[in-house]
Amino acid sequence: MTYIAKPKFHHPGLKPNELGYTRRDYEGKISTLCAGCGHDSITASIIEACYELSIEPHRVAKISGIGCSSKTPDYFLGNSHGFNSVHGRMPSVLTGANLANRDLIYLGVSGDGDSASIGFGQFAHSIRRGVNMTYIVENNGVYGLTKGQFSATADRGSKSKKGVTNTDNAIDLVAIALQLGATFVARSFSGDKTQLVPLIAAAIRHKGASFIDVISPCIAFNNHAGSTKSFDYVREHNDAVNRLDVLVGRDPIAVDYAPGTVQVVEQHDGSKVALRKIDADYDPHDRLGAQTFLARHAARGQIVTGLLYVDPEAEDLHEHLNTVETPLNTLEADTLCPGSAVLDKINASLR
Amino acid sequence: MSDKKPISSVNDFVVRFANVNGSGSASANEMFARAILRHGVPVSPRNIFPSNIQGLPTWYEVRVTEAGHLGARGGVDMMVAMNPQTWDKDVAGIEPGGYLFYDSTKPMPSTKFRDDITVIGVPLTAITNSTYTDPRQRQLFKNIIYLGALSALLDMDPKLVEQLIGEQYKGKEKLLSSNVHALHLGRDWALQNLKCPIGLRVKKSDKVGDRIFIEGNSAAALGAVYGGATVCAWYPITPSSSVAEAFTAHCKKYRHDPETGKAKYAIVQGEDELASIGIVIGASWNGARAFTATSGPGISLMTEFIGLSYFAEIPAVIMNIQRAGPSTGMPTRTQQCDIIACAYASHGDTKHVLLFPEDPAEAFEFAAAAFDLAERLQTTIFLMLDLDIGMNHRLCRPLKWDDARQYDRGKVMTAEMLEEGRDFGRYLDVDGDGIPYRTYPGTHPTKGSYFTRGTSRDRYARYSEEGSVYADNMQRLMRKFETAQDLVPRPLQANAERPTKFGVIYFGSTSPAMDEAIGLLEARGHQLDRLRIRAFPFHSSVASFLAEHDFVYVVEQNRDSQLRQLIVNENGIDPVRLVPIVHYDGTPITARFIAKAIGDHQDHLKVTPLRKAVS
Repeated sequence: MTYIAKPKFHHPGLKPNELGYTRRDYEGKISTLCAGCGHDSITASIIEACYELSIEPHRVAKISGIGCSSKTPDYFLGNSHGFNSVHGRMPSVLTGANLANRDLIYLGVSGDGDSASIGFGQFAHSIRRGVNMTYIVENNGVYGLTKGQFSATADRGSKSKKGVTNTDNAIDLVAIALQLGATFVARSFSGDKTQLVPLIAAAIRHKGASFIDVISPCIAFNNHAGSTKSFDYVREHNDAVNRLDVLVGRDPIAVDYAPGTVQVVEQHDGSKVALRKIDADYDPHDRLGAQTFLARHAARGQIVTGLLYVDPEAEDLHEHLNTVETPLNTLEADTLCPGSAVLDKINASLR
Repeated sequence: MSDKKPISSVNDFVVRFANVNGSGSASANEMFARAILRHGVPVSPRNIFPSNIQGLPTWYEVRVTEAGHLGARGGVDMMVAMNPQTWDKDVAGIEPGGYLFYDSTKPMPSTKFRDDITVIGVPLTAITNSTYTDPRQRQLFKNIIYLGALSALLDMDPKLVEQLIGEQYKGKEKLLSSNVHALHLGRDWALQNLKCPIGLRVKKSDKVGDRIFIEGNSAAALGAVYGGATVCAWYPITPSSSVAEAFTAHCKKYRHDPETGKAKYAIVQGEDELASIGIVIGASWNGARAFTATSGPGISLMTEFIGLSYFAEIPAVIMNIQRAGPSTGMPTRTQQCDIIACAYASHGDTKHVLLFPEDPAEAFEFAAAAFDLAERLQTTIFLMLDLDIGMNHRLCRPLKWDDARQYDRGKVMTAEMLEEGRDFGRYLDVDGDGIPYRTYPGTHPTKGSYFTRGTSRDRYARYSEEGSVYADNMQRLMRKFETAQDLVPRPLQANAERPTKFGVIYFGSTSPAMDEAIGLLEARGHQLDRLRIRAFPFHSSVASFLAEHDFVYVVEQNRDSQLRQLIVNENGIDPVRLVPIVHYDGTPITARFIAKAIGDHQDHLKVTPLRKAVS
């Protein structure tokens, strides 16, 4: 509820980071999302990652599309400029912003509707171009803001809250990002802060197109049996299924599990998701290996999480375009305008 | 040959080349036009081409006009008929007394000709085949050979043509000499076998002056370079692609750091028009000068973002090189048909600034000005060109730049201003002109950040669905649009010699045809005051002009008289007083068309004695 002013006081014992900022300096407005929403956990992880990295909060540009996930940039980094743009068009707006000033950190926040449906093309092309950004999809498999329609990441066979079965195949954005040449690809779970915070921090540090798919349960519209996005899930019946109009605030789901294991996570609605932690000896520098690994585990109904692929030597769009080191938005007529003498020569060549 | 006398005219005629596209004729035809310019005689060439790469008919028309009439004239005095596919239509289109130039290698039945024209046969294929063996060479040199023959027939100075060939193939000696050789093959054959010159002749003059010969798209792109554009995002679409291509070429020449070789610009070919305008908006939001170039279908796709630019107040420059719509329409034909679509683009209440350059020189000026306007007004500025200006070489005054000119970056609150404690409200009208201050991302650690959104918000950029807050913002946007009236290029008025109650309004590429039509109308006894509109929102002088005249013709190149609709709508005047003169078949409007349409109207308005009317 943005009309509620967030209290400014904080615990006097809050530890400052290297730059002297406390966690509170990385927070934003009070979230207007449903209490217990997975997206709020991701927001907390972004705050944590930026705090730990000792980023100057105002040097981040937060850009999003439209949807529940796209509202979240208002809830973190309150001293950063944010841009809640057009549905599915965050990648192009971010690309333009990045071209204008290569010195800022670009955080793109999107959802599964925003990136896998209406903005699937823009998602793909921003990844292809190697825009230096951290692209986070808060993936709940559902259109929350319009009350529960399937998104393109909802798996075939899963059921909507109205009991409709999804007959379309699902898009795995991680697999697509790998195929398109993203140079940092990861998946995580909103409730797994231990895993997510370092991933976001590493993604921000990565120079190039970083993509993180974060599975983020929707407590309002995924709060029923059959909604588990057709992972190799085990679902148990939950009474709450029949009382969808009443949203009960709950504690966010939290998991913490050891590397190399399969963890079955129980969602708010009682459904279960199998999260496979990548093995300790997994090689994250092998794109082809990552694709195979992903496909193999998907066939078993397991969702692979962790850092799947990284190219530490990646180049970004500015390098492809050979642009000057100085941000383009600071250049003025003295360096941009060829002047009248050149124009006279141009005129002479046109006679 | 009938009694019809062959047309005799010096420096005032139309030659049309009918070719097959992909045959390499374009460069030879352009050289023909340039060669005439080198005689000091103005020309106005027009490419009439299909939406295709090879095999379909294409025409290149050169109006030779010592008087400097740069609009299309209509009619053809000499047809260079190189395309069997269109032969019948081409021959039929020649003015009585005109000339037909054709390849006479294969005999043609007499029924394929007309007896009221002069037929000039040159065995082009035979000459070419006896000299060249390589098929591609045969095709290319055939064009130069007809250029040579025409130079003899039209009494052109071959040295001037050779000079052009020399400039074109500078440093490529082999190509240079073989082209000159081909030129003389054609020229010598004509001199030896035909009566040269014919009635149409080119005579040296001094009417070109210091004018330059440039395509509007290239000039607009140069305007973007001079205007400080650093980000260009575009998606290929005829007839706008050459804007981005020219911008790329200009930037390669003038925008690389001499020491590091690095680029002071970024050009991205987007995956579509949505991405292109998104990149422009992202870059402009972040303080760079950014633009895209597109055409009608692209505008349709961009409209959601255009609404965001209007409502969230983000600068953007869109160059719309108009083509005939709706839908895919006629992609390679010209129209001024996106006036309404651009003026009111996007859902909800929106209004946008449009600039209407008349030629490449204004395209350059307005393109550069568009970036100042976009940043000053923090909104989208449309540069409304069309295919006729954009893709044809047009003679125009030299491009000018004042080195003292600085870019107007608009109202940007800096870190220093924020430190001083200036009140920053992103949508706060501090100066009463409706234009708020903005900050660039990353300006200050604790002050000046805000959340940009397409949803309604208060003066301090805080989300709000309060009716009064929303209305307050919408009213301020109206004030801003009123401010724009005095910032955009003003209309130019030219009055008739004698006071008149009749006026005419026109804009953009109609300009040269309108200027010429005025002369034709005066010859018919019609006096008209002229007002050339150069921008929307309309300056108050438009309303004054309407008030001063009983009837005003609005000449435009679309079916629905869109500018007229806009004038009626924005000025709240009686539509009856605005007479639409519309031309919309995809060809450029001509002076003959305008003069006839207005002249006929004027004749109807004249009081005719009853006796005369019934007799």
